Amino acid sequence: MAKQNCRPYTLISAIGGIDGVYEDHVEFLEQHLKLITMQEFLENQQELSQKIEAIYLWFKKPAATRELLQSLPNLKVIANSGVGVDHLDLKLISSFGVKVANTPFAVVNPTADLGIALLLASARRLVEGYQIAVSPETKYFKADWLGEDVSGATLGIIGMGHIGYKVAQRAKAFEMKILYHNRNRRAVDEEQAVGAVYCQQMEDLLQQADFVILCVALTSQTRSLIGEKELKLMKSSAILINICRGQVVDQDALVKALQNKVIKAAALDVTYPEPLPRDHPLLQLKNVIITPHIGSATVKSRRCMMISMVESILDGVNGLPIPNEVHG
Amino acid sequence: MLRVKAICLARCVHLAASWGKLADKYLSKRTKKSRTSLLNYRTSRNNNSKIMERKELPGILVSEIGGPFGVLESHVEFLKMHFNLITMKEFQKSKEELREKIKSVFVFEGRPLVDRELLESLPDLRVIGNSGVGVNHLDLKLISSFGVKITNTPHAVSDSTADIGMALMLASARRLVEGCDIAMSPQTKHFCVDWLGVEVTRATLGIIGMGNIGYKVAKRAKAFDMNILYHNRNRRKEEEQVVGATYCKTIEELLQRSDFVMLVVNLTSETHKLIGKKELGLMKPTAILINICRGAVVDQDALAEALQNGIIKAAALDVTDPEPLPRDHQLLQLKNVIITPHIGTATVQALRMMTEEAVENILAVLNDRPIPSEVYPN
Repeated sequence: MAKQNCRPYTLISAIGGIDGVYEDHVEFLEQHLKLITMQEFLENQQELSQKIEAIYLWFKKPAATRELLQSLPNLKVIANSGVGVDHLDLKLISSFGVKVANTPFAVVNPTADLGIALLLASARRLVEGYQIAVSPETKYFKADWLGEDVSGATLGIIGMGHIGYKVAQRAKAFEMKILYHNRNRRAVDEEQAVGAVYCQQMEDLLQQADFVILCVALTSQTRSLIGEKELKLMKSSAILINICRGQVVDQDALVKALQNKVIKAAALDVTYPEPLPRDHPLLQLKNVIITPHIGSATVKSRRCMMISMVESILDGVNGLPIPNEVHG
Repeated sequence: MLRVKAICLARCVHLAASWGKLADKYLSKRTKKSRTSLLNYRTSRNNNSKIMERKELPGILVSEIGGPFGVLESHVEFLKMHFNLITMKEFQKSKEELREKIKSVFVFEGRPLVDRELLESLPDLRVIGNSGVGVNHLDLKLISSFGVKITNTPHAVSDSTADIGMALMLASARRLVEGCDIAMSPQTKHFCVDWLGVEVTRATLGIIGMGNIGYKVAKRAKAFDMNILYHNRNRRKEEEQVVGATYCKTIEELLQRSDFVMLVVNLTSETHKLIGKKELGLMKPTAILINICRGAVVDQDALAEALQNGIIKAAALDVTDPEPLPRDHQLLQLKNVIITPHIGTATVQALRMMTEEAVENILAVLNDRPIPSEVYPN
């Protein structure tokens, strides 16, 4: 097949709007890629279907369905924004000979930062406190309105990959005692650098931690990892923080645990689905903070993601090894 | 004479060091067990109290017990181990009988008010023990003129206040309160992917006031790979090295370079309205101001104006002047402001430690021992 022009034809969902590629990223993107929106593709499918070699999959759009894959015979690579690929059917995509790349490094720092932000906010009851400070009813601040100390408390990290490790580095500066549970134990010097103690049994971690933070990838093994049994093992004064995927937690069990004071509070950047239905019990609970999946929502991080995705597309289209390739 | 002085100094150092060690012990061994073991340790250091009858314990005046402003009920047992606890109500009822018994006043949340009238009514008063490190609510000159000492609790407050500083910086950078509102609002149908905050990791933090608390903030910020600048009355070279902080001789330099500016100074006549229109104007339009020390360090009207006109990006305030703000205050209406109800030390552990540190200081005065944290008028 003759080479087209230097910029590979790349399918995107749309530019701008609530879920499109960012307007201020377009300049950089257009320097390296020939962007084709879904609308343009559908209007001119016959001509464009042969030309498209890449999909720039920005926040789950466009959806990589069998139908779409079948309509793009020369597709070589899908670049996915973010590190999680649980929304992609990797086997299906692979069966079409298409490679998948994610952006593991762009998300690490801001996600770890948000994990600590949620830990601090829930421990110190920041959102509740804000509501008191600005409420029209407030006449005075009570002296006996208290939160929990973070400094010197015990943090249990479930999943100590890149993000979990950065959480540990930050927690260490708060003089937290750090426990972690991971598929594989980390190297001794890595453990020592953050003062983390390995818990081979997740149960040991759950029983000792004042704060439990979830930093695992969503896989068949981690689905509903935290259920009724695990919540019961936690201290009644403990707080659960989830910055990975909503499905890692059995949400019904979590609701019950929070209602019955089995654990003290929860702070969730991720739920299932997102957003939750407006009548969901988690939205009614006083001891829950929910944020709208903003783990990587910084200007800097999204720009890094975008650049990383462009690099993956260029590597994939040119038949080069893709550093951030995800293997099924 | 010199030998006596040396011993006193050594004891002072030992006391201060053991306070630090005890504070660390307390913080790192946080369990659900009761704190009686720690309290017994404190009690045993003052053998006189242990063997005294209750009526012989020195009197301590407090505003009240329980309720929104009173000494915490859970601290009463500990206080009664060392003192004859007298509330303002009891004192006012039986002034003649109680006035000479009161040797100390325990000031909690700024109460009771220590004015000339109170000082004149307590002829045997030796010390005002303040819970907390800020003493701007106390007329130090006036109290001193009665020969009464003043003490505060700098060690007990530092970790929890530094934590709140970090909490507010992260919350405002990542728009946490706004985000929570969106996530939980009945109107929300979807999450917009272009809803963004700013990064804390590797950003520049300017700390104005690097005392105990400011230094703890710096230690935490270092773990986020932040570029740390600081401005202080005195340079702290050793601490600079530990946290990789850069000293800014002028506050102006710090303001111009910082993405986050955190205020951690004492309120004095020199720091009153330290941050005004000029200072806000020097800050980056993308910068965020965090105040965890005293509301009066900031010119609030100038701040409201700066936030409205995009002179700075946002503010996060644990302290305002007054507290709470009047309900129609401009600052309460602004979207880019987070306010918390002065919760820098609002944890079970911090308040406990503050009471313990205050008691230690009061007892040191009453027993003529070196005082760990005495405060002097300027």
